[in-house]
Amino acid sequence: MPGTGSEAAAPGARDSSLPARSKLAVTAGKVAAAASRSVGRGSGSVIGGKVALKLDPDLLARLADHLDVVLVSATNGKTTTTRLIAEALRAAGPVVSNALGANMPAGITAALAGGSDARYGVIEVDEKYLAGVARDTSPKAIALLNLSRDQLDRAAETRMMAEKWREGLQDTDAVIIANADDPLVTWAASSCRRVVWVAAGQAWKEDAWSCPSCGGVMQRPGDDWYCQECGFRRPQPHWALQGAHVVDPNGAAWPIQLQLPGRANLANATSSAAVAAVFGVPPQVALERMQSVSAVAGRYDVVSYQGRDVRLLLAKNPAGWLETFSLIDGPPAPVILSVNAMDADGTDTSWLWDVDYERLAGHPVFVMGQRKLDLAVRLEVAGLQFHVVDSLADAVRMAPPGRIEAIANYTAFQQLRKVVAG
Amino acid sequence: MTMPPPPGYNPQQQQQLQQQQQYQQHQQQQYGRPSRMSDSSLRLVWIYPDLLSTYGDRGNALVLERRARQRGLAVSRIDVRSDQPVPTSGDIYLIGGGEDRPQRLAAERLRQDSGLARAVDNGAIVFSVCAGYQILGHEFINDLGQREPGLGLLDVWSTRGEGARSVGDVLAEPDPRLGLPTLTGFENHQGVTHLGQGVSPLATVTAGGPHGGGNGDGNGTEGAWRDTVFGTYLHGPVLARNPAVADLLIKLALDVNALPPADTTWYDALRAERIAATGQPA
Repeated sequence: MPGTGSEAAAPGARDSSLPARSKLAVTAGKVAAAASRSVGRGSGSVIGGKVALKLDPDLLARLADHLDVVLVSATNGKTTTTRLIAEALRAAGPVVSNALGANMPAGITAALAGGSDARYGVIEVDEKYLAGVARDTSPKAIALLNLSRDQLDRAAETRMMAEKWREGLQDTDAVIIANADDPLVTWAASSCRRVVWVAAGQAWKEDAWSCPSCGGVMQRPGDDWYCQECGFRRPQPHWALQGAHVVDPNGAAWPIQLQLPGRANLANATSSAAVAAVFGVPPQVALERMQSVSAVAGRYDVVSYQGRDVRLLLAKNPAGWLETFSLIDGPPAPVILSVNAMDADGTDTSWLWDVDYERLAGHPVFVMGQRKLDLAVRLEVAGLQFHVVDSLADAVRMAPPGRIEAIANYTAFQQLRKVVAG
Repeated sequence: MTMPPPPGYNPQQQQQLQQQQQYQQHQQQQYGRPSRMSDSSLRLVWIYPDLLSTYGDRGNALVLERRARQRGLAVSRIDVRSDQPVPTSGDIYLIGGGEDRPQRLAAERLRQDSGLARAVDNGAIVFSVCAGYQILGHEFINDLGQREPGLGLLDVWSTRGEGARSVGDVLAEPDPRLGLPTLTGFENHQGVTHLGQGVSPLATVTAGGPHGGGNGDGNGTEGAWRDTVFGTYLHGPVLARNPAVADLLIKLALDVNALPPADTTWYDALRAERIAATGQPA
């Protein structure tokens, strides 16, 4: 294809190499997106992508053909890691990315259609679509961060997801960057030809007590894990997160200095550094660029609301809540919890009981959201004191001094963002 | 009773706790040690959380512990991993929900372990949910599509439903002999469970359940029970949605007809909300 990999290509140059049908599809998609935006229905990227894919089902493959692509998938951290990798790869050339988290084929197509001068495509992919998107986009690298229970009322079972990845990726030519500390991810990746193992850690262990390969009981001494029955075990990592350093395959330790808080983001940065190395970006350059990221699609954003500082934190499932509790300010920092159970959140709130809310002891706690009563029962049983409130304004008014940590699941988080934006 | 009050107790609750401790002393004077309780503490045994704890099943253990402690009882909880033997000395056994493959593994391991059956022979209480409920029956369909033998502790057998999965909120009216209010829960299963002569339905579905709900056997039944063994498809977790069921299990374990009151303000609010959201109770 003419123009492939050309760093000097002028904006729009790539479009001219697309077949007429694809160009028409891209244009139609942009028109649909603009129409969607004009009636106030979001960014329009998903509807635009849907229209474009309808007109040219191979459009995603054609758009990706001109790019060096990396795919990022996981239960948690994929939006943030996509952003970190995008920043790192900008050291090597222009990047196009679905930075806003539209991570199914239509959203991905729309994002790529908007990046005509890019050399690299950094693409977040919903777990369920990973195999298909990997087939279409012939990625150079695929980052697999973690797998854990999430929205079980509508999603596939967690181990089934690992099996889908394993089957869908076994013939890929991509370099797989996989978290060696997650047995499900390890099992998914271990049938691939080229794997870079990253010891990125995993606080949540409840979905991998049973060997994904043979079903045996997993032994998990310290950071290690292995199955006594079939011998499936943690691979020797090439990269590792150690404290707040990335240790590269040569044994050199590079300090991670992020604006983003928490252990999970140190892990995301470690995986991102390993991905960047596949594209020739050295860890010190990659990590320095990651430092510029302060908030990702509103996550970790400290906003001012009614004269108070409120930090917005997204936690969608037990593993996410566990990581979030480890990064919030200690007591007596006030904590607001907001939980919804819309379709996008999962309509079964049973998962609240897998979260150790006991860890909030000592914090003034305010609960809100569509399912605040489920939270109230959960906190009562945890023996915590808490206040049930109807709105963020009420919670903020009642909260004692100090920066407020507001933790919410998916749609509850979107609602908080809207409220603080006024 | 030297248990310190949990954090977050207000003075009113402190008073309640004192009443509970008095109640416990009264119990001991009146009846001596409760007959089924192996020592002075209530022994909860949670079977195979490594395999069967996928749908917030830990909540059932936490609610039971909390409501027993609120009555001044000491509680010890034993979480039995699937490579460990099931103790026979428990008062209440919990067995939860899980995915299809872990369910098969759990059935395989439990069939090799006579602990639960011996405990039931000794009068222990068993409360099972979803995959655990199916395991207590004669057989179910495993992840390989084959008939997998269960433990036969409940006279039920499970087949695979033909239609879509049963997913959603459910209301059900319990067997009147149990003296329970309306049950609310969230079901999520493909299996259909058929009841034999040796069990009674735990409840009758009155609302929710897009595909019949509950056992899905075409008779509108939900769950099953006999003597001290219970099974249900309801998550939520079911004891958080229905604290009266937790209290029933504690009463059975203590062999008493009543417990001192324990606050149910938030449970009641949650129940009212879920009952209203799911549909009108019968």
